[in-house]
Amino acid sequence: MKFPVLKTYTVAYLIFLYAPIILLPIFAFNDSKVIAFPLQGFTTNWFKTMWADEQLFHALKNSLIVSVSTAILSTSLGIFAARATTGYAFPGKGAAAGLIMLPMVLPEMIMSMSMLVVFLAIGLPLSIFTIILGHVLVCTPFAVAILTSAFQSLDKSLEEAAMDLGEGPVSTFYRVILPLVMPGIVSAMLICFTISLDEFIIAFFLGGTETTLSVYIFGQFRFPAKVPSIMALGTILVCLSILLLTTAEYFRRRGLARTGGKDTGGFL
Amino acid sequence: MDEGKGNRWLTPEGASGLKLISPPLIFAVLMLAAPLATMAIFSVLTDGYLTILPILTLQNYIDTWSDVIYRSIMFRSLMVAVSVTAATVILAYPVAYFVSFHVAQDKKSLWLFLITIPFWTSYLIRVFMWKVILGYNGVINSGLKALHIIDQPLGWLNYNVGAMVLTLAHAYAPFAILPIFVSLEKIERALLEAGQDLGESRFLTFWRVTLPLSMPGVIAAVLIVFIPTIGDYVTPNLIGGGKIPMIANAIEKLMLKADNKPLGSAIAISAMIIVGVVSLLFLFLNRRFMRGQR
Repeated sequence: MKFPVLKTYTVAYLIFLYAPIILLPIFAFNDSKVIAFPLQGFTTNWFKTMWADEQLFHALKNSLIVSVSTAILSTSLGIFAARATTGYAFPGKGAAAGLIMLPMVLPEMIMSMSMLVVFLAIGLPLSIFTIILGHVLVCTPFAVAILTSAFQSLDKSLEEAAMDLGEGPVSTFYRVILPLVMPGIVSAMLICFTISLDEFIIAFFLGGTETTLSVYIFGQFRFPAKVPSIMALGTILVCLSILLLTTAEYFRRRGLARTGGKDTGGFL
Repeated sequence: MDEGKGNRWLTPEGASGLKLISPPLIFAVLMLAAPLATMAIFSVLTDGYLTILPILTLQNYIDTWSDVIYRSIMFRSLMVAVSVTAATVILAYPVAYFVSFHVAQDKKSLWLFLITIPFWTSYLIRVFMWKVILGYNGVINSGLKALHIIDQPLGWLNYNVGAMVLTLAHAYAPFAILPIFVSLEKIERALLEAGQDLGESRFLTFWRVTLPLSMPGVIAAVLIVFIPTIGDYVTPNLIGGGKIPMIANAIEKLMLKADNKPLGSAIAISAMIIVGVVSLLFLFLNRRFMRGQR
């Protein structure tokens, strides 16, 4: 009796989760300037309009620079933090890890405003670089969380075996540990890339006159005439992020298979 | 924090640990601790015209907590965040329960994957879609009109706190589902069988065994949803139409448009204090609840 009730509820909940996303392609291909029913017929014009906007490509280029740099930097910092907290005991470990993970539980507005105050005070000009600094701060905790579980599922005896067989700590890291946690690294980089690409508040306030994709999208919201082409852009973004997530999930599962861990599912 | 290796209490292992953690730690100190400290200092200084005067004062905090405008903004943010958290966690629990208890082991990650996909698509576009859905000439109103159910658009759908709560509850749903799911997964299934073998009904078993044991996940969900929602900037801006500001909008206005950094900092620090107090209060209440259960 209870089983179908719960299942029906869950399916209804999923429909609620997907509702706004399903509407995106419907209106992206709808031949009308207003987002409303009834539908007016099929068109690909909104995709053409979107594609013709040069500002979009400038913002996209900025976003790619920011997201790729953030993914690389956050994951590198994450490797250091995850390796230190899983493999070593040292004084102040809890406090240090707490500070590194703190951005996960701080409102982004407070972080971006405090950084903005400091950047303005020391005269650091706002640019893509300052966005990257903010994004690395926000993304590092996610990289640490993913990499910590990757390092935890490492079999310590493999590392010891390599050391016993005469490898130094550095070459052990490169030749034994790194290949084993590689899937975790790839997955951390993809997650950081996605978070950075999607992030708006920091990019909006720390970017100065430079726009990223999310800042560009936010700017378009002010013009009702631009809404259908934003639907078209949204449709493309949804497809891309599903593609990225599937790749991340694939690597995560392969990593679990390689280190012999149990599949607990999910990224977080 | 990471002085040299000369310290007597620092073992070689401790030294390598500190050396390893120093790059991310130094980054966090420079980009997080130092800016927050700067903001805390600004909050007790006096605002001059285009400058900040180095005169210590508590006036900014007095203004923050006594001014009707700021007090109502903080109260509204708190109410919105509490409503969103309650709605999200209560709606999410059955979903997490279903996936944990009624889905075959090898299908679980597929379900979780389905739940997380909408979350990874542009947050801005998802919020904006709710504006489009709930708008005066939006999807719901035009749809109902096309179906001849209503003649006039429903005005109460948009530009109000309810629409903001709905949008945020949608945006943070997976944040609530995942931690609850993880804590449900950890529950020893034998305990539930034991409860039922000893004559408890299914509901009582749930109430006395499953729910208390899943509380850590519920607390995590509450904190994960509450903290970002109280500081949300985009939803009041888009769904509230800029007329129902929350804390983040007030901070932005004071810091940038009004250029009153000390008062803006005082509000930001006050917001952090509210978040901290509410989180601690919840953790404390939960501990009491857990003790009552035993």
